Amino acid sequence: MKTPLHDETPQATPDINEVVLAARNVAKNFGAVRALKGVNFDVHRGQVTTLFGENGAGKSTLMKILSGVQPPSSGELILDGEPLQLASTVDAQRHGISIIHQELSLAPNMNVRDNIFLGREIIRAGGVDFAEEERQTRALMRELEEDIDPLTAVEDLRLGQQQIVEIARALSVNSRILIMDEPTSALSASEVEVLFKVIRDLKARGVSIVYISHHLEEALTITDHAVVLRDGSMTAYAPRAEIDLEWIVRNMVGENFDLGKPPTGYAMGTPALELRGLSVAAASGTGLAVNRVDLTVKAGEIVCIYGLMGAGRTELMECAAGRLTAQDGQVLLHGQDIAGLSIAERIDAGLVLVPEDRQRDGLVQTMSVGRNLSLASIRNFTRTLFTRTADECAIIDRAIREVTVKTDGPDAPIGSLSGGNQQKVVIGKMLATNPSVVLLDEPSRGIDIGAKAEVFRILSEHARDGMAVVYTTSEVGECLSIAHRVIVMRRGRISAEFTTDATKEAIMAASGESLVA
Amino acid sequence: MSNPTPAATAQSSAKPKLNLLHLLLEGRAFFALIAIIAIFSFLSPNYLTTSNALTMTSQVAIFGLLAIGMLLVILSGGIDLSVGSTLALCGVFAGWLMQGVELQSLGVILYMPVWAVVVCALTMGAFVGAVNGVLVAYLKVPAFVATLGTLYMARGAALLMTNGLTFNRLSGNPSLGNTGFEWLGFYRIWGVPISIFILAATAIAAHLLLTRAPFGRWLYSTGGNARAAELSGVPVRKVQVWVYVLSGICAAIAGLVLSSQLTSAGPTAGTTYELTAIAAVVVGGASLMGGRGTIRGTLLGAFVIVYLGAGLVIIGVSSYWQTVFTGAVIVLAVMLNSIQYGGKGVKT
Repeated sequence: MKTPLHDETPQATPDINEVVLAARNVAKNFGAVRALKGVNFDVHRGQVTTLFGENGAGKSTLMKILSGVQPPSSGELILDGEPLQLASTVDAQRHGISIIHQELSLAPNMNVRDNIFLGREIIRAGGVDFAEEERQTRALMRELEEDIDPLTAVEDLRLGQQQIVEIARALSVNSRILIMDEPTSALSASEVEVLFKVIRDLKARGVSIVYISHHLEEALTITDHAVVLRDGSMTAYAPRAEIDLEWIVRNMVGENFDLGKPPTGYAMGTPALELRGLSVAAASGTGLAVNRVDLTVKAGEIVCIYGLMGAGRTELMECAAGRLTAQDGQVLLHGQDIAGLSIAERIDAGLVLVPEDRQRDGLVQTMSVGRNLSLASIRNFTRTLFTRTADECAIIDRAIREVTVKTDGPDAPIGSLSGGNQQKVVIGKMLATNPSVVLLDEPSRGIDIGAKAEVFRILSEHARDGMAVVYTTSEVGECLSIAHRVIVMRRGRISAEFTTDATKEAIMAASGESLVA
Repeated sequence: MSNPTPAATAQSSAKPKLNLLHLLLEGRAFFALIAIIAIFSFLSPNYLTTSNALTMTSQVAIFGLLAIGMLLVILSGGIDLSVGSTLALCGVFAGWLMQGVELQSLGVILYMPVWAVVVCALTMGAFVGAVNGVLVAYLKVPAFVATLGTLYMARGAALLMTNGLTFNRLSGNPSLGNTGFEWLGFYRIWGVPISIFILAATAIAAHLLLTRAPFGRWLYSTGGNARAAELSGVPVRKVQVWVYVLSGICAAIAGLVLSSQLTSAGPTAGTTYELTAIAAVVVGGASLMGGRGTIRGTLLGAFVIVYLGAGLVIIGVSSYWQTVFTGAVIVLAVMLNSIQYGGKGVKT
């Protein structure tokens, strides 16, 4: 519980040598909602400043103001000691401020060169000067020490390389300040390493970086300064050397935080889900994404599957749930082989999957909160031909209460909810089918720590009632929370198995992760 | 964090107040229809007479039936370009059956009763729809291309069946017991043409299907996010096949009503009707991306398009201008749709 010795609270007038971009008393209101309540924020020259905060704390809003997407309702921005008004993102770029969004904004069908010069093509007599563009692209890639050919289509690049292309694009407009919103959320550990090397190079060149991440441990390895935002206000500032993970979490949530313990005090039941020698072909067509995996989960047991990106966790889950076909092996539900059953039939049999990507696979954006919640259990409120409104309302109300969704009501549009609440809707939807086995693929992805704890609490309660729970995670801290057992996957195989007394280091080592926070 | 506070949380966007602008946007098709009726009644005393209203509405019936089927397809995220051709094929098929089918091996001519002819024509419509549905759902042909193909094939089949001619003898023969085909187009109950009752019955059935039956939920979720729907246990592919089948059946009903109204079944009937049907759906506020739209809106859309066209004819505007106006109405409708749905983006 260290308290910063060095007070980094922003000065009324920022020190020009130290601070390149500053926000002073910046507030932003959306109607009656106060997203930012007078925030002071310093971007340190040539260093990485990381912004920590839960979902809905106002991080995105602040980034949008800094990058010119939205003007602040009040307060001012100061660039190099001069007041600054940003009319648009183009205007911000002209001042050397670029933002790289979580969802990359590249055209996948076009090549690297065309993406970098998109909208700013170099024109000479007779058309676009492709040769010059290519030369500059090569120069940029050399600077970033990345071996990416300018003529490769972006869709053929790995995600980490695409991120490098985004960075190159920002550099090509001479950005001095680079805002990165969750840049590592989709990267593998080795890609993260590459990205961090690039970030260090950028720092050496004097580029200032604003970094946002939910992956706290990872962010701590790269950052020079930490700023914590809570409920639209800045709560803490400190240089890296004086803080630790606990300090961040404490300031983010305002209390000591605990993701829970494995539920105890009851007997586990019979095996609910058994995987026997399960293999799944890789999406690329060559090799196996899941390679002869054996796993037994008993009723009432919580199993956590840890692994890096590409370790085969998602494929394992999707195969068990019926979206992917197994190449080999068996899936047994309560002793019955469920090969050949459709997703719907597996749901009826009590096996459900909460998918990893809630926007793409979990929610129907055109439907209300209530309709999303009841989508998987329509049969339960259908009498002969028609649905019964009263029965449906009962199911929706119970689901909203059970997973504690914060909403205006069942008729609110699903898009009006925060990320954590949307995730609870996806979980609530599947729990409403009264399953006996729940698979959750990265249930904590992109949700804040408070919502995470809620989700884990809900899962342990259901396990206590006899439900078998399997969840995957890529944050090692989440392995040692509610799980009775931790399974580590590496390249499609189970590489290790731990009980609750495992250490983070051992789990990470078994996954093949070299980066230890 | 843990206490559920339903209302008054700062995060939740305040409920949009029912201000005038919002009301106008929500009910735009309805207000457009009122405005059209008001303007043309003012311009011509012949517009809002009972007989003209009934004539216009029986025209609405044809487009309305096609549009209901089209709405189901569009809700699923697809499109059905084949309905105009299917209408013609089913009409011609019914006409061909009414003429009597000569079975050469037995040396007899088979005359079916009218109800059997209707069933056969509907089956034909369902068959064309099933072809579309299987192409789209299982063979992964883009809906636009698949139904463009069946548009040509159904039209070609209709032309082949009649050799390019039109069947005129549809009234049947009392001695053969197959009279009554014109009942669909001419018979009136309380002075109202049967076609309007057929439209109403189809609309009510489709409305119940969409709002009360599980199929409706499946359809809205399939169009809104097929991947999420599938993982929630929705039989996405079956839903996709069924919407095309239902659209084909709707086109067949429209084909029967139209050939009965005209007392002839021609292979070129219904050309470009699919575009009018799409227009009605869009004017009715449905999203071409799928997942949003209602039967009520679609019906209003069909009324708007037909009442506008008929009004322009009555006040003596050239039919060329009608086409221009219809086009403008469609563009305006799509523009308003994007305003309505564009604002409800995902919160970041």
